[in-house]
Amino acid sequence: MIVSNLTKNRIHDYLKEGKRFDNRGLLDYRNLTIETGISKNAEGSARVRLGKTEVVAGVKMNVVEPYTDHEDEGTLITTLELMPLASSKFESGPPRIEAIEMARIVDRTVRESKYIDFKKLSIEKGEKVWAVMLDLFPMNDDGNLLDVACVAAVAALKDAKIPVFDEETGKVKFGEWTDKKVPLAKDIPLLFTFHKIGNSIILDPVVEEEESSDARLSIGIIGGKINALQKGNAESFELNNVYEILEESEKKYKEMSKKIEEMIDKAIKKSKENKND
Amino acid sequence: MTEKEREIVIPGEIIKEGDDYLPGEGTRREGKNIIASRFGLKDEQNRLVRIIPLSGVYIPRRGNLVIGTVADISFNGWMMDINAPYSSFLPVTECPRFFKKDDLAEYFGIGDLIACKVDSVKRKGVDLTIMPRGLGKLEDGMIIQVNSNKVPRVIGKEGSMISMIKEATGCEITIGQNGLVWIKGNSVDDELFAKETIMFVTEKSFVDGLTEKTEKFLEEGMKKRGKIESARNEEGEI
Amino acid sequence: MSEGSYKKRFDGRKLDETRKIKAEVGIIPNADGSAMFSFGDTIAIAAVYGPKVMHPQHNQNPEKGTLRVNYDMLTFSVTERKKPGPSRRSQEISKVTEWALEPVVMLDDFPNTVVDVHITILQANASTRCAGINAAALALAHAGIPMKELVCSVSVGKMDKTIVVDVIKEEEDYEEGEGATDIAMSFTSNSGKLTHLQLDGNISAKELKEAIETGKKACKEIYEIQKKTLKSIKE
Repeated sequence: MIVSNLTKNRIHDYLKEGKRFDNRGLLDYRNLTIETGISKNAEGSARVRLGKTEVVAGVKMNVVEPYTDHEDEGTLITTLELMPLASSKFESGPPRIEAIEMARIVDRTVRESKYIDFKKLSIEKGEKVWAVMLDLFPMNDDGNLLDVACVAAVAALKDAKIPVFDEETGKVKFGEWTDKKVPLAKDIPLLFTFHKIGNSIILDPVVEEEESSDARLSIGIIGGKINALQKGNAESFELNNVYEILEESEKKYKEMSKKIEEMIDKAIKKSKENKND
Repeated sequence: MTEKEREIVIPGEIIKEGDDYLPGEGTRREGKNIIASRFGLKDEQNRLVRIIPLSGVYIPRRGNLVIGTVADISFNGWMMDINAPYSSFLPVTECPRFFKKDDLAEYFGIGDLIACKVDSVKRKGVDLTIMPRGLGKLEDGMIIQVNSNKVPRVIGKEGSMISMIKEATGCEITIGQNGLVWIKGNSVDDELFAKETIMFVTEKSFVDGLTEKTEKFLEEGMKKRGKIESARNEEGEI
Repeated sequence: MSEGSYKKRFDGRKLDETRKIKAEVGIIPNADGSAMFSFGDTIAIAAVYGPKVMHPQHNQNPEKGTLRVNYDMLTFSVTERKKPGPSRRSQEISKVTEWALEPVVMLDDFPNTVVDVHITILQANASTRCAGINAAALALAHAGIPMKELVCSVSVGKMDKTIVVDVIKEEEDYEEGEGATDIAMSFTSNSGKLTHLQLDGNISAKELKEAIETGKKACKEIYEIQKKTLKSIKE
């Protein structure tokens, strides 16, 4: 169904009173759940739900030749596919710009935050390094796929164990894992996408709010530092809104990062226990 | 009054044996048996056996009131999206006489919500009308979408459920058979309250005594919002 | 049944025993119908959208609605990462799945429409197309699509001379004696008609008949689980 003009107008009216259709505050998040180890052939995997929005992430690894200008560093490739399964808006076919943009923003957030210690993923300088392939799949789109995809990516990376590499044959033994985890930083990178609707700024929009969004600003943060930024959609921001958003994003990071880290650790522990059953 | 508990049946199940029974909607006859052709609740009225669907797209029927969104404008009417697997059209000839054919976009533009009635359903598509009173463009208010199969529940027996909700929340509510519900209240809070109550009803379709439970939900909601009036008895108990 | 070299199954199951089956409907809120179906470690998710008007118009069938199936695997669902995008294998599976489901789906009342069935494999340990078909049948019913009955699917294998139900990857790779024969089959749930049959390996007609009868029997259990899943829907 097309989002009607009436709905768009009403969203504006409600926001003026600081209200949203589901009674949330403008900067409130929906209910978050995190599971890890949901796909056992992956090196690491996770399923994250925020309200009805769901994204599944998986990490696969392989041994490759490093880039010539980074001879002692592992590599990262991030993909995201908007499968028709997740929404009647998505069609089969090669990735559309929406999917490409999302994958690249998550990639920048993970990469620029130096969350993965790429140097520790080097096996033999100039010859062999570990490649990390991070694949993101939205399973149900009810808005805010990008921020959810980032949490799923982080959870899958935290869940990931490095596969066995047979030095003699020079091949990876897929399906066999070492006890070593992917080398990660202590703090986690998170994405906060702020949307401007009329004169209001909101976080975690549902689908109808996203379709009424005039402009959006995604902020990738780790610890106290901003690592990635992307402004999207066709309208413009007033600079003072932008500064407010930057401040708010730091506040939100402080408010949420510890909680999310704990949820991920709890999920990993739980899936370990389930494995031993 | 409690609603009878109905059995859920799945496609292919034999739901009634015997020649005496008539296969109604969602069922078919195979030999002596009546078989379910859809997932839903088995319903027997006298000798007619049918399925009350729990799910599935809205199937338009002549006379249904529906809320549609204008998808496109042609020279003689508007292409509508009524959330059904049929092309739907509102011809200008089915609009009040003062409508001029020259600039249809002036009356209804793309994205506008229109309350219409289904005039005819043909294999080619659905024709709509806004001639009967009370139909036309919806202004202000908010729209929610519910499972179209739950609409009878939200309306209630002879409109009892929806009247109760309208009164308690003070909102104007128009329910489209296609699952779109328009709510317009005096305040944002009133509209959200009406929305919550309608969602409550649609989420509890299987429950007995839904009317009483909804009454209670409304009372508690109103209490919370400090709107409990002395709708109590004359003795003045509070 | 138990001649030849394969006497005890790798995971200790009985010869005619399926892995633990789990099923659930309604897991994708946006879809008109959805379901998850798993045979042990093989997990399939199906989402149904439709009936809806089909575009472009020249693909429309004016006599009845079209069933369209798309099957694919998540990149990390398998041991060696699968490149994103449909492979020839997934295109073939999409088509046989469509043929497996079409005989039961009744779309005469929905001319010019399409019913899209999207199947995704979340985790793979053989028998993925069978899990997919079972999930799809559940999702179609959940979506309120008019159907004559459901479809049940299972894989049957012959490891050397032993017939087993619900093949796992280790069994697919069996090389002793006559090696592994892998047979995927689907039946209509109530009338027991065959709607899907694929085989690769090395088998006599007599053994194949036995395999099909064994599979048909296993499908009765699968049907009971599908029925229970739909009937226990809370919302």
